[in-house]
Amino acid sequence: MIATYFPIVPLLILVAAGMLVMVLEPFTAPERKARLGQMAVVATALAAYSLAFQWNAPPRTLFRGMFVVDNFSVFFQWLFLVITGISALVSIRFNERESLSRGEYYALLLFACAGMSLMAASDDLLLTFLALEILSISTYVLAGFKRNEAHSNESALKYFLLGSFATAFLLYGIALIYGSSGSTNYQSIRTVIHLQGSAQVTAVAGLVLLLVGFGFKAALVPFHAWAPDVYEGAPTTVTAFMTVGPKAAAFAALARVLAEAFPSLAGDWTSLLWAVSILTMTLGNVVAVQQTNIKRMLAYSAIAHAGYILIGLVANTRSGYGAVLFYLVIYAVMNLGALTIVLSLSRQGDKSVNLDDYAGLGQRAPFAAAALSVFLISLAGIPLTGGFIGKFYLFSSALPHYLGLVIIAVLNSVISVYYYFRVMVFMYMREPSQGEPEPEPINHSVLAIIAICAVGVFWLGIQPSGLLHLASNSVLTLK
Amino acid sequence: MQVTNILSWITYLPAAAAATLLLFPRESLRAMKWFAFTSSVIVFLLALYPVYHMDPGMPGMQFEESAPWIRAGGYAVSHHLGVDGISLFLVALTAFLTPLALLASWNSISKALRPFLICMLLLETGMVGVFCALDLVLFYVFWEVMLIPMYFLIGIWGGERRVYAAVKFILYTMVGSLLMLVAIIYLCLANGGTTFDLQTIHQNLASGALQLTHREEMWLFLAFLLAFAIKVPMFPLHTWLPDAHVEAPTAGSVILAGVLLKMGTYGILRFCLPLFPTASLTAAPYLIVLGLIGIVYGALVAMVQPDLKKLVAYSSVSHMGLIIVGIFAFTIQGLQGATMQMLNHGLSTGALFLLVGMIYDRRHTRMIADFGGLAHGSPALAAFFMIVTLSSIGLPGLNGFVGEVLILAGTFLRNRAYAAIAATGMILGAVYMLWMYQRVFLGAAAAPANREMGDISRREKCVLIPVVVMMVWMGVYPAPFLRRMEASLHAVQQRVHDARGPEGGYHVRNVVGQPGTQGAGR
Repeated sequence: MIATYFPIVPLLILVAAGMLVMVLEPFTAPERKARLGQMAVVATALAAYSLAFQWNAPPRTLFRGMFVVDNFSVFFQWLFLVITGISALVSIRFNERESLSRGEYYALLLFACAGMSLMAASDDLLLTFLALEILSISTYVLAGFKRNEAHSNESALKYFLLGSFATAFLLYGIALIYGSSGSTNYQSIRTVIHLQGSAQVTAVAGLVLLLVGFGFKAALVPFHAWAPDVYEGAPTTVTAFMTVGPKAAAFAALARVLAEAFPSLAGDWTSLLWAVSILTMTLGNVVAVQQTNIKRMLAYSAIAHAGYILIGLVANTRSGYGAVLFYLVIYAVMNLGALTIVLSLSRQGDKSVNLDDYAGLGQRAPFAAAALSVFLISLAGIPLTGGFIGKFYLFSSALPHYLGLVIIAVLNSVISVYYYFRVMVFMYMREPSQGEPEPEPINHSVLAIIAICAVGVFWLGIQPSGLLHLASNSVLTLK
Repeated sequence: MQVTNILSWITYLPAAAAATLLLFPRESLRAMKWFAFTSSVIVFLLALYPVYHMDPGMPGMQFEESAPWIRAGGYAVSHHLGVDGISLFLVALTAFLTPLALLASWNSISKALRPFLICMLLLETGMVGVFCALDLVLFYVFWEVMLIPMYFLIGIWGGERRVYAAVKFILYTMVGSLLMLVAIIYLCLANGGTTFDLQTIHQNLASGALQLTHREEMWLFLAFLLAFAIKVPMFPLHTWLPDAHVEAPTAGSVILAGVLLKMGTYGILRFCLPLFPTASLTAAPYLIVLGLIGIVYGALVAMVQPDLKKLVAYSSVSHMGLIIVGIFAFTIQGLQGATMQMLNHGLSTGALFLLVGMIYDRRHTRMIADFGGLAHGSPALAAFFMIVTLSSIGLPGLNGFVGEVLILAGTFLRNRAYAAIAATGMILGAVYMLWMYQRVFLGAAAAPANREMGDISRREKCVLIPVVVMMVWMGVYPAPFLRRMEASLHAVQQRVHDARGPEGGYHVRNVVGQPGTQGAGR
């Protein structure tokens, strides 16, 4: 009997650790708060270990079909655990610098991770909604964690208000779908809608509202307006987490709901996502070109990448979903790496994140500059980096049916080369401005994370077969 | 003795040397230079092995090696290398020019020496890889990877407007190459979506197992062509070239002119013609016209350039136009001449950039108006410059002549008017080159600095002598080169010829007019 619930052990570990951190927080001396962060890292590692037993287990559902155990959910839970673990590890050092060192921060990260994991494993609209809320509320608070800064508060409030609005859309969508199909379970929805044929207006309307809700979380155009402000205003550690974690979770939930519940409406949602994909990548790239603040530039680049990832969903094939999974992993590695460097080059109060501050960095901080170049080259999709392989598989999954979409995507990549490489122009081709103080030396554990991410980017670019296999094994239940 | 994986050694030894450079202590600059130079010389010696041991009678790939690389999602990308008569000498040319470029910039790199050497060596890996790759994805990987070191070479060690030139260079080339990537994926999917192997796809196309509709073939051809035409550069896509050439440091210009431009024409010979022969035939008249415009336009613009490097850059546009004309004449003479001319242009333009760099190192100007009478103070430099100038013009007895005559003969067989226009390029070439030579080296020394400039050093002689020796050899006795190219080029020509259909003749509109017959199989 107990063994039936074994699959939720990773979630229980996360939540229990989160609560333990909350309980211990008041009893921890201010200079020892780092211990709480280390606890969070250990919790993610434990959860990841306990997940390993579920890999390749026969797919099944728990809690009356609400919770799925399959490779897809295990794959994503691993990804979220790695993202959360890295974020927590990086945060320990920088929270001390920014005087944000409080236990709640790590507890919220763990709760957010639990929410994301549930989103990937949910097979029921209501559970998806609950998971999304667990994630959202944690991130609302995290985004405003610098509570003494007006800028940070503004962005958190903006995120909260718009986010609640989007959640309302999602809930309304769920209601409409329930109204037309009589169920919130993906499998039942699939059967009912299949039987009804595709002429159901309420179901389509519900699906569209659902897409609005998820589109907000994934920062898809036209629901992206919050993203640049929030990414810029939030502490950079939270920005790094938010550009990869919740985005990946939104894609996981979206992929599952579209592929499992609405395959018979595929004609509708693929054409919708086709347009959203083009809008998202084009707007993200074009606006990123004009940014002079690196955090803001990476925020728009994050929007653009969501547009690329949508290509895999538009393709709606097994290889397309596999490419989405692969891309989300490589995107997490390169974006976390890039933002960690931005973080370690910034000064107290998240200063020095403008392009001008990077002038001559190649001489002042050769390692950081070289590593940032690697991540930017990968974000631009140049071969021998994981970014290229990711784009390659996304594009090839959409060919030959969506040739126009792919051509627009590659032209977008050219635009992105301009702004990614402009950072390198500043780092290597400009002289350092006078009086610029030397960047602080990078902490060892942060250095190790940067190095691991850089090696990962190359590894996935040169030997991607392993992860590609993993990704394509993970989407078997989807398609 | 049988050496295995020789091409992998040639390709990856420079990259390994670049990685080793990271281990050198920061202050041992001399040791780094010697190490980079020595390893590039070793690469050159290795590159001679396939030249000696290749079988000239065999049209196909030689020294092949293949290993699986990426296997997932139904695709297989293999690490498949090989050379034939077309790529053999381009590999050798790359390996020949790299040590010379390193030697030429021995004292002129004042900042960030280690990254410079690493960029040069990585560039060599990329270029050799482009010429050897026989898997479309592998080819694309090398093609793109090579951009990064070149971008840094121009952007870090370049002249005043280096950032502008570097960004322009990378954006221009990216547009073309990304569309080529789409075409590569499309072609693979049309072929069943399992392999990116060039030879497999080529065989399937030739045997009819893979049939493309005429529309598909045309678009795929254009996607590939765009990438290559930008690289060549073909008029009117040439505007990145003068900027990149002028701003790049000497070593960068040498590699850019000597090897990078050849990647465009090589790509046309290796991919566009054999894979899409019908489309090539359809497009040939237009491309020849663009080539002719390039010849005349490049020459005329070169004539009025006040800057030595810009003059050489525009002369490249003119010479590369001639190669395009030679290729799309589809005669064996034209193809052989074009392949030969790729090597010639690599040698002579590379040498011109080396010489201009040597002058610049002394006088810190490249304006023709600042010079005059350099021959008085530096007779040896003037003599080398003369030989290289004559080679570039195409004087009989030097290498340039062989290629140009073959191209003109090949074009003449196809269309006399084309040949006549192409020939004006040679005349104009003599005009601007000799006029430039006169203004720079002859006459009275205009400024005292010109007289006291100092002649070339022993190191610089070591750079120039091998080039001049090769120029004379290829001009006097080109047979060893032509013999090795012939079989492979025959195969390319045969492929285009077969696609012409039973109607024959060069007016291929008959073939074009029946898209239905082409696409019937799909």
